[in-house]
Amino acid sequence: MPEISQYVEVERHAPPQGFLSKWVFSTDHKVIGIQYLALAIVAAFTGMALSLLMRIRLVAPTEPKAWLEALFPAGAPGGLMTPEFYLAVLTMHGTIMVFMVLTTAPQGGFGNYFLPIQIGANDMAFPRLNMLSFWLTALSFVVLVGAFLVEGGAPIAGWTAYPPLSALDGAAIAGNGQDWWLVSIAIFCLASLLSALNFIVTTLEMRTEGMTMLRLPLTVWGWFCTAVIALLAFGVLLAAGILLLMDRNFQTSFFIPGGLVISDQLVDRSGGSPILWQHLFWFFGHPEVYIAILPAMGIVSHVLATFSRKPVFGYKAMILAMGAIVTLGFVVWGHHMFVSGMSPYSAFVFSLLTMAIGVPSAIKTFNWIGTMWGGNLRFTAPMLYAIGFVSVFVAGGITGIVLGQPTLDQYFHDTYFVVAHFHLIMGVATVLAMFAGLTYWFPKMFGRHMNETLSKIHFWLTFFGVYAVFGPMHFLGAIGHPRRYAETTGLNYLAEGGADFLHMFITHSTYTLVAAQALFLVNVVWSLFAGKKAAGDNPWQATTLEWATATPPPYDNFAGRLPVVTRGPYEYSLPKAKRDFAMQCNSDDAVFAPEPAAGD
Amino acid sequence: MRFFAALAIWLVAAALLAPVLLGWWAPPEAISDLARLLDDQLALTFTIIAIIFVISQAALGYAVLRFGRERAEPAAYFEKNDRWEMLWTTAASVLFLGLALMGYSAWAEVRFDSARVDRDADALQVEVVAQQFVWNFRYAGADGRFGPIDPKLIDDSIGNPVGVDRSHADGADDIISPRLVVPVNREVTLLLKSKDVLHNFFVPELRIKMDTVPGLVGRLPFKADKLGEYEIACSELCGLGHYRMRGYLEVVDEQRYKSWMMEQVSYLP
Repeated sequence: MPEISQYVEVERHAPPQGFLSKWVFSTDHKVIGIQYLALAIVAAFTGMALSLLMRIRLVAPTEPKAWLEALFPAGAPGGLMTPEFYLAVLTMHGTIMVFMVLTTAPQGGFGNYFLPIQIGANDMAFPRLNMLSFWLTALSFVVLVGAFLVEGGAPIAGWTAYPPLSALDGAAIAGNGQDWWLVSIAIFCLASLLSALNFIVTTLEMRTEGMTMLRLPLTVWGWFCTAVIALLAFGVLLAAGILLLMDRNFQTSFFIPGGLVISDQLVDRSGGSPILWQHLFWFFGHPEVYIAILPAMGIVSHVLATFSRKPVFGYKAMILAMGAIVTLGFVVWGHHMFVSGMSPYSAFVFSLLTMAIGVPSAIKTFNWIGTMWGGNLRFTAPMLYAIGFVSVFVAGGITGIVLGQPTLDQYFHDTYFVVAHFHLIMGVATVLAMFAGLTYWFPKMFGRHMNETLSKIHFWLTFFGVYAVFGPMHFLGAIGHPRRYAETTGLNYLAEGGADFLHMFITHSTYTLVAAQALFLVNVVWSLFAGKKAAGDNPWQATTLEWATATPPPYDNFAGRLPVVTRGPYEYSLPKAKRDFAMQCNSDDAVFAPEPAAGD
Repeated sequence: MRFFAALAIWLVAAALLAPVLLGWWAPPEAISDLARLLDDQLALTFTIIAIIFVISQAALGYAVLRFGRERAEPAAYFEKNDRWEMLWTTAASVLFLGLALMGYSAWAEVRFDSARVDRDADALQVEVVAQQFVWNFRYAGADGRFGPIDPKLIDDSIGNPVGVDRSHADGADDIISPRLVVPVNREVTLLLKSKDVLHNFFVPELRIKMDTVPGLVGRLPFKADKLGEYEIACSELCGLGHYRMRGYLEVVDEQRYKSWMMEQVSYLP
């Protein structure tokens, strides 16, 4: 590792032998990171398949399809998906994507793999806890998907699981799907809490010599901030989930008010409040958006700097903006509840705070553009994904300014406008950053590059595809199309407003987008075995510590030694330097040409 | 690549904006002063975010175009620019917080001013009782008082989906209708209730939306000023029939309202 000018010697650990301890029950953060990524990819394709089902039903609710009946005899009798099956698919799509993809890949995947290396540590602070976090997460995914197979099938109450619909089977469907869902979420919360502790302790305690907080790469700041959010948010969801499980199974009434009449039968419960669930859920649910997007922001800053050959513009402003997002993110949950029947006075506060959170988001956007400004841009695949992220982040974020106002939310709440907004800002932006991260770090993780041409084709299909899918959803929202409708036949104004054309356009765009993702899968598998070999340990000529170690990194990351850090994370194009990048572990002697001696 | 990338960024931005500017898909015509107030706030908001959107996407595309070309000299080295940082922080703060504050008066109008008690005294009060997947509307009848309700009396088969106590003097003349019929230009206060799960009362033309929460009574005022029949769309997931939980709001003239009321009285048990 010739790039490391100065080392601290530490004990060298022997890698585990045997397949199980090496690849399955591994305590190595790198293996765990890959496991999280693999889980996220499986989950993402599952969630995407579910979205296809939704899109198919929305454009042809009455067109029988034999393959549907063959696949889902209960959900699609006669080849026609029932409305409750549509809602089950919708619920599972949201839950899988939010928890098993957007929460696992950015943090559990890339965070696990690269945080310890980037801070110059040889593993996470608690490696066994780390392994437990992953296997609990995997278990929660299995339980979640298992909900499809139990009596009554998957729950139909949406990923937000609002009671009383989620609390009383009589109102929804008789069965255990909702219970399985709740158990899965509870396990997931536990795993995320343990993982958050691990990330926080690791970042605070395991940094190598010279790695001050203000020399951390922005990726590390993103993972650290996310861990702080996760630690504070998942506990609340865990509690709420257990209360709802008790309402369902032990006759409690935390969320069930008195006097309910379902199918002409008086429900023998009283004293609970459906709005209480919404407060608890969104106290978790809004910060959850930032759990997904903060690591994505970190990766994008990282990639933009590398391929602009420039320092990140406003490094400290970026950190302050993340801090503001973490703080404000916990006090804006009420904007999900403007029309819930909550006190209208509170809307004033929640609205102002929500609009305030637009400020750090705007700061970050302009700083990304500032990072590119004056640079020498290199349009590699990761760079394209990162630029695409900025475009989508602006498009998806700006509509938050509409939804953050309670007056306007009166019209747009629970319409497709909201669906467009959060898919772009939370889903698509984050996933684009994941693609940036994967193509960027693939050569480090596996010693081979992903195929550049395939990646670029995938990028362009995805970039246009996501806009073609989610762009028109804004227009559906504009005509007042409520979300979570199994079909458009229930309201005349939808057809009159042009909803059917828009749905048809969206569904066909979805086909293209999904096909493009198959290309991505092919690229990953092919590149693992036959991709172009990475040239040296630092193919992108980047500055942070992961590029100073061997490829792929050895078991304890730096082979029994830890690098000493002497400079900030993004010293690209430093004046008077020998090269256009100075690595964090390069001493001044290594970076600058020797001063000509006097008298020469 | 830089030409194509810049063009692509600008193209999708234009494709998102154009239908908004051309008004291809827009909310239906507003039928109340409050709805028009909201439309004004929406227009202002759209103008401001469209400007920010265009500036951001234009700058992003321009950066790609200008700094994407091959050149021999090294990239510029600068880590920050406090003046620019202050500029966009201040601009974003002023614009976003300003919009929030400007929206306040409309929100106050919607939720507070129009729900004043003295207004309520003159307003026509209608109780909205939502249930899976039907809307019921209860009028107080000639005496102007709603009768007491007992969930045990609920029986759809005898036309009492709300459970009103017909033996009570106040309840004897209560009218229950599957349609919401209101006189034009008359203040109406809806009292939102639910029998089972969450539903949401939404009339796009009125730009009003509020959950019906079991165990609570929501208050939703409006004054429609255009005759016509409008759809009520349930906008909170309420179960398998959510997509077909439609109701009708009929805005009629005073005379038609009176004759409709007479007709309803004749149906009373």
